[in-house]
Amino acid sequence: MASGARNDGRFEPWKAPGAEPYIRIDRVTKKFGDFMAVNDVSLKIYKKELFCLLGGSGCGKTTLLRMLAGFEEPTAGKIFIDGVDMAGIPPYERPVNMMFQSYALFPHMTVEQNVAFGLHQDKVPKSEIRQRVTEMLDMVKLGQFGKRKPHQLSGGQRQRVALARALVKRPKLLLLDEPLGALDKKLREHTQFELVNLQEQLGVTFVVVTHDQEEAMTLSTRIGVMNAGEIVQVGTPSEIYEYPNSKFVAEFIGSVNMFEGRLIEDEPGHVRIHCPDLDGNVYVDHGVSSPPGAVVFAAVRPEKIVLSRDKPASADNMAHGIVKEIAYMGDMSTYLVRLDSGKMARVTQPNTWRHADDRITWEEPVYLNWHPSSPVVVSE
Amino acid sequence: MSRKVPLFRLSVLVFGFAFLYVPILSLIVYSFNKSRLVTVWAGFSTEWYGRLFENQQILGAAWLSLKIAAINATGAVILGTLAGLALARFGQFRGRTILSSMTTAPLVMPEVITGLSLLLLFVAMEQIIGWPAGRGVTTITIAHMTFTMAYVTVIVQSRLATMDDSLEEAAMDLGARPAKVFFLITLPIIAPALLSGWLLAFTISLDDLVIASFVAGPGSSTLPMVIFSKVRLGVSPDINALASIMVLLVAIGVVIAGILMSRQEKTRQRDMQMAIAENQ
Amino acid sequence: MTGRAESPTSQRLSTGVQLILRVLHHFAPHRWTHARLLKWGVTGRTLVIAVPYLWLLLFFLVPFIIVLKIAFSETQIAMPPYQPLVHWVGDKAVNLTLNFGNFLFLLEDNLYWKAFLNSLKVAGISTFFCLLIGYPMAYAIARADSTKRNVLLMMVILPFWTSFLLRVYAWIGILKNNGLINNFLLWTGVIDQPIVMLQTDFAIYVGIVYSYLPFMILPLYSNLEKMDLTLLEAAQDLGCGPFKAFMKITLPLSMPGILAGSMLVFIPAVGEFVIPTLLGGPESLMIGKVLWTEFFNNRDWPVASAVAIALLIFLVVPIVYFQRVQARETGGGVHR
Ligand SMILES: Nc1ncnc2c1ncn2[C@@H]1O[C@H](COP(=O)(O)OP(=O)(O)OP(=O)(O)O)[C@@H](O)[C@H]1O
Ligand SMILES: [Mg+2]
Repeated sequence: MASGARNDGRFEPWKAPGAEPYIRIDRVTKKFGDFMAVNDVSLKIYKKELFCLLGGSGCGKTTLLRMLAGFEEPTAGKIFIDGVDMAGIPPYERPVNMMFQSYALFPHMTVEQNVAFGLHQDKVPKSEIRQRVTEMLDMVKLGQFGKRKPHQLSGGQRQRVALARALVKRPKLLLLDEPLGALDKKLREHTQFELVNLQEQLGVTFVVVTHDQEEAMTLSTRIGVMNAGEIVQVGTPSEIYEYPNSKFVAEFIGSVNMFEGRLIEDEPGHVRIHCPDLDGNVYVDHGVSSPPGAVVFAAVRPEKIVLSRDKPASADNMAHGIVKEIAYMGDMSTYLVRLDSGKMARVTQPNTWRHADDRITWEEPVYLNWHPSSPVVVSE
Repeated sequence: MSRKVPLFRLSVLVFGFAFLYVPILSLIVYSFNKSRLVTVWAGFSTEWYGRLFENQQILGAAWLSLKIAAINATGAVILGTLAGLALARFGQFRGRTILSSMTTAPLVMPEVITGLSLLLLFVAMEQIIGWPAGRGVTTITIAHMTFTMAYVTVIVQSRLATMDDSLEEAAMDLGARPAKVFFLITLPIIAPALLSGWLLAFTISLDDLVIASFVAGPGSSTLPMVIFSKVRLGVSPDINALASIMVLLVAIGVVIAGILMSRQEKTRQRDMQMAIAENQ
Repeated sequence: MTGRAESPTSQRLSTGVQLILRVLHHFAPHRWTHARLLKWGVTGRTLVIAVPYLWLLLFFLVPFIIVLKIAFSETQIAMPPYQPLVHWVGDKAVNLTLNFGNFLFLLEDNLYWKAFLNSLKVAGISTFFCLLIGYPMAYAIARADSTKRNVLLMMVILPFWTSFLLRVYAWIGILKNNGLINNFLLWTGVIDQPIVMLQTDFAIYVGIVYSYLPFMILPLYSNLEKMDLTLLEAAQDLGCGPFKAFMKITLPLSMPGILAGSMLVFIPAVGEFVIPTLLGGPESLMIGKVLWTEFFNNRDWPVASAVAIALLIFLVVPIVYFQRVQARETGGGVHR
């Protein structure tokens, strides 16, 4: 689970003090009857960002996107795009384009006609349309497919037509609903990078909906994690992964070991948590703001745990158990360890050596330990 | 067990289709009968076809019926498309329930009721506003449009329900206003459904006796009205000839439609294979 | 533009044309209408709803009100042959005379009762036989291979495209005393006297079943075709024989199709006019025929209207039920 290559610390407009957000979603709520599809969401998205909305099925991602595009009106709250209040502005007058999950290619038009459609609506001169369509099709490597109809294309080609059709209008903001959802895994990975390249090349702001956390990690500058109609955390991929702000986020992104416990020591520089599941306490080298005695969870990522046969020196941050399951995954292996308390823990270790005869195997007693900076303390 | 079931199904189909087609075939066979008695065979003859084409009354009525059917079908498609669009795409609007009841009720309403009520309307309208003056082609067409648009509405509505609405949203998103979306995207995509709606409205109008009898005036006898007045008096060989010609025309139409459809299906499959083969 | 006096005539001409075009562009009739309509709050959306709505209101709903009105008015020998229902008395007062005479007449005269009951009986029996023939056919088509299915379905619809009147007419030739069936039976020697079939209720049943069979098969087919066949496999796996599986699974699941098909046959059959007239005997009493006779032969419009209203009351329950089913089948149409 590598964090995004894009977050290199240079492009961070959300940190700039006076920066104006390009999209401002202000306490937006959407109800379908009595059902809250989107609940009091506020978000700021900046120019040239690639913002991912990530969340489980039915959590309201598509609904939020459709409100940006203008297909749904918010029940309450306001949406500003480039400082303009979008209330009552129909989809065909918004400076926004959308790429649909089903691609929504017009079946009765050729690829060229599909791509040219939006330009015709804007009354762009004919010669310019031809030139821009050709340019765009070359950019998505569909130059020789212009005369085909959508049903004569493969899934990946259709995806690129849909992208070209949305991008050829040079929108300032492109909304993508599960853009890679219909592609197989290999094509998906390949296309992810193409998408990022295109976005950087054209300087368009992207808002991408996905429920694939790996995709969100690779693509985005920032991620907004949604749950049951609410945004629960906004941050860069590494922030979300390393500093989840709740049990939900920690468990939703990647895999994690949750050790339930009670705060017994709470200093500004460190905390100590008593976890019945572990042999010792969890010692964390940064402070948290919970009252002593509160029930909290220490979240430890599997790759941050070290397995050893020897007992670690420190009495904190360790546990003893028996290896129950090993899954070899090539670059690394995942171990399922049953702790003495009965709780199962998940540990991943890189396969650094090819022939390791003394590799830890099934049913072997082992010690787990981790660095005091590794656990994240979250509450329910 | 597994062998007995297909045998049962086969016999059901053979019996069922025999029931559906023997009467039609008998019409055709007897149309070539020399005898005026129709069902007593007296040798082969095409005499009745000749007689048919000399019968000015039948030819005139047929021409009138075709004209009414064509105008009716066109009007019914327009009205039915509007109604289907409203019912399938506009969500809940005031009066939706009434509109949807008014479009499905004519499907099952006994024809005598529809015919009578429309006639009384036309009479009342003539008294009050003076239009339509008398009864004839106009009133027949209006009456037919009213009840055939129900069929078109059902066809359009169910076609729109299966059409991916993100196509229309995509067009709107690309800057097309709703009216343009309809003409550039929706209409071309549902065109085959509209064509079958048109054909259905055309056939029903061409076939209608009861409603037309109520709302027709003197001098506007449609083909079914002429046929009815003839067959009421018993069998008549030139009617058999007329029936054979109609069956032949329908059969030709169906065969052509079948060929076109299977050809289209073949190209579609070839295209799909091509796309899969070069999948990159 | 006027200052350019030295410009050649042709150029001035073209500027003039352009000007006219620009004016036209702004005041073109469609733009003008569009703007006007918008000013009145009429959007395209409203128009789409309003046109079919008003059409149906005028030509479908209003006629029923008129029928109702005439059913309550008195016969007179004139054109139109009924008295106005509403009299203007003095300036504003309106005197409404309701005449229940027509309905009392229907109640008193046995003919109408018999005709109503007989119509319901004929329609009911015909619907039952339609189901008896249509269900196995729909079932057999739905279970055929997908390649043959469309052809078979086409063959069911095909007769529908040929004239209804002529298909009923065909049965005259088959059923009459020297018709196809009797000729054949006489020829084989099974009988020596022709069986009287034409002008009997039997002929009416045959005619209705034959004409309405496609309306029974189509909804049944679309229901049976959608059915999940693994349900049957599951039932057989759990120890149901094929017959029992059919009775316990297929039949209950196809109930909506059965109901829709039965409504589509039953309701129009009750008011059927052509079939009893051509195939039934002169004394065969069907309400559609009675209405027709009252209207065309006796020229008694008020009584014909009263018959229509009574028929409608008989059919209102099945019609409303049919609409419910229909609305559910077309998905209710509510998308957003
Ligand atoms: N038009 C609608 N009417 C009623 N409920 C709706 C409508 N559209 C969406 N919903 C409901 O709102 C909730 C959120 O839907 P939404 O499509 O936004 O989910 P999502 O996050 O995009 O899920 P997925 O990942 O499955 O696409 C769902 O529970 C859905 O059933
Ligand atoms: Mg979604």
